[in-house]
Amino acid sequence: MASGKREKFDNPVVEWIDSRLPVFTLMQKEYGVFPTPKNFNYFWNFGAIAMVMLVTMIITGVVLAMQYTAHADLAFESVQRIMRDVNYGWMLRYLHMNGASFFFIAVYIHIFRGMYYGSYKQPRELLWILGVLIFLLMMATAFLGYTLPWSQMGGWGATVITNLFSAIPGIGDTLVTFLWGGFSVDNPTLKRFFALHFLLPFVIFAVVFLHVWALHITGSNNPLGVEPKTKKDTIPFHPYYTVKDTFGLLVFLMLYVLVSFFLPYIFAHPDHFVEYNPMQTPAHIVPEWYFLPFYAILRAITFDIGIPFTDIVFIEAKLGGVLAMFGAVGVLFILPWLDTHPVRSARFRPLYRLSLIALVAAVFGLGYVGAQAAEGIWVILGQLLTGYYFLFFFVIVPVLSRIEKATPVPESINAAVLEKKKKKA
Amino acid sequence: MKNTAIIIFVSVLMLGAIVQSDKSLAAGGHETHMENLEWSFDGPFGTYDRGALQRGLQVYRQVCSACHSMKHMYYRNIGALGYNEAQVKAIASEYMVEDGPDDEGEMFSRPGKPSDRFVSPFPNRKAATYANNGAFPPDLSLITKARAGGADYVYSILTGYEHAPKDAHLLDGQYWNKAMAGNVIAMAPPLADGMIAYEDGTAETVEQYSRDVAHFLTWAAAPDMEERKRIGIMTLLFLAVFASIMYAVKRKVWSDLKK
Ligand code: HEC
Ligand code: HEM
Repeated sequence: MASGKREKFDNPVVEWIDSRLPVFTLMQKEYGVFPTPKNFNYFWNFGAIAMVMLVTMIITGVVLAMQYTAHADLAFESVQRIMRDVNYGWMLRYLHMNGASFFFIAVYIHIFRGMYYGSYKQPRELLWILGVLIFLLMMATAFLGYTLPWSQMGGWGATVITNLFSAIPGIGDTLVTFLWGGFSVDNPTLKRFFALHFLLPFVIFAVVFLHVWALHITGSNNPLGVEPKTKKDTIPFHPYYTVKDTFGLLVFLMLYVLVSFFLPYIFAHPDHFVEYNPMQTPAHIVPEWYFLPFYAILRAITFDIGIPFTDIVFIEAKLGGVLAMFGAVGVLFILPWLDTHPVRSARFRPLYRLSLIALVAAVFGLGYVGAQAAEGIWVILGQLLTGYYFLFFFVIVPVLSRIEKATPVPESINAAVLEKKKKKA
Repeated sequence: MKNTAIIIFVSVLMLGAIVQSDKSLAAGGHETHMENLEWSFDGPFGTYDRGALQRGLQVYRQVCSACHSMKHMYYRNIGALGYNEAQVKAIASEYMVEDGPDDEGEMFSRPGKPSDRFVSPFPNRKAATYANNGAFPPDLSLITKARAGGADYVYSILTGYEHAPKDAHLLDGQYWNKAMAGNVIAMAPPLADGMIAYEDGTAETVEQYSRDVAHFLTWAAAPDMEERKRIGIMTLLFLAVFASIMYAVKRKVWSDLKK
């Protein structure tokens, strides 16, 4: 485990520590002089922003947990106590509640960045896979957290989503009983959800560590998708990107503060402020906004899948919806092998670029459909958009990998940067 | 610059889509009508109007509290409406609270104290439902958060009673209300002109009562609002200054690459 060559520090205390545990050398290497492509745009801020949001969620969450009571009879009341009687409890809750939304905003932009600039391609496949894993864990954490205030929407959302597992043939019902810890969403469910909601963010933290480790092995991608070749292509991380990331982070935090303090309920459904009542189903059960596209995909499969014109059914509609929903996230895991085009950045792939922008539009469309009652035009629209979603991954991307002719890719990052400057002058 | 534009565009689109989808959730049911009033607590600098809050509390105490609980409220909370300690004590003591057990193990009734919760009109949900023809009068402590429209919605319900159209089938104890989802509500019109005597000379009309009680209920659901906005402004100012400085620093640091 010796960390190879180590330069001496002037400060004796720092040197004493570093010669025993080279944390300063590590920071210096990974965040000080770390060679970073010099052509990042602001899309490259969102990794650091997501990290700050994760830490914010953990801090506000741990403090909330000191006052929160995980019991079906007391949870709603305890959240009200936090809002009314705990010093600055309302602030903690609004920051935690809206923090989840802003965490997802940052991560969605971060994922889009990866897809637009081909960051998932060789040699960053594992880095990408770890990222998708973080995304999945975040979804699980947010879903579990949303049930904790024991509200109508939280409790019924939990009922709907856990019930999905009953579609799994054979073990479905047993599995659901196991998840619930009983025969309905009740006190045991709440208590295990709280335990897991407390645990998972720390698991995320561990995976983020691996994600960043993998990043520091391959180095960052960049808007050109061209690997740095010489020293001229890179600049040290500090001070260039430390200041740029800080500026971007502050702008993002301003939006986060704006919403948390002035529009704190903008993302919340009114039924989230009514205590859970298992005897009374709300008129519409809708998940939080960040799940809506996937919820729309779940509801798009309204038909059994089997051999047409016979009674033979392979996959019933409910199971089909569940598979489609998980498949929509799962497909991201294999994206590096679906897209084998040698050029990374969409800047040089006009057809891929167009299809990807259409995918973003489809996801927004699905989000809108997910918030509507599943009837009439919304069902059909949801099915069309779901169709495009999977068409993109399973047909368009593999086909474009073979046939798309890229526009000329610059020689090196430095050459492109100089070229741009010349044009400006 | 182009990418910055894309980021801004995508974020605006995202926020827009979210807000839009939230709005569409609020709809549902039949044609409903919601008033859109101006409130002193609107906007980033808006505050509650202490006079309206005190009148609203009076409306709640004299009318709504006959059917609706406010179980997340304590009498001590109304100090925030501008009452002094003695006044809070006096108001609390107008209610009888069950306490105990005493030294002999008996439960007993005593006048309320500021540390007591608002006394509920019914012992439990079943009793409340039974006494109201099978309809449960919801707890009002969070009602402006629990209904899309908030204060506007409460006002619209209270002023939304109308003669039912001829083809409507109303059961006993049901009323036609243009703000209610489905237009049928099981709450008899609770307010009437002149019903509550205001001491400050404010108009004693259904509209004014409704406005005041909606104002009060908004405060009850979000007593943190004034402090929240104050802290929010300060935090935003701080971040704006900090971000401007960082922007200048960033320009400076990056300028040696521009050569
Ligand atoms: C006589 C008993 C009674 C009184 C007095 C009363 N209500 Fe109600 N209220 C009810 C009942 C019962 C319901 C449930 C109606 C339903 O579900 O159709 C209700 C429902 C409501 C609702 C919810 C409507 C919805 O969207 O579900 C609001 C808001 C409300 N009342 C406000 C008030 C206010 C404010 C007052 C005082 C001015 C008041 N009520 C006085 C019995 C009463
Ligand atoms: C990945 C990070 C996290 C996410 C995405 C997340 C998400 C959420 C969400 C969406 C809610 C519901 C908020 C509401 O509607 O009121 C919630 C509630 C809660 N969370 Fe988290 N959370 C995270 C981390 C944590 C951590 C680390 C803890 C504690 C150690 C925690 C403790 C709580 C508690 C106690 C509640 C209930 C109180 C409340 O609703 O405000 N959270 N969380």
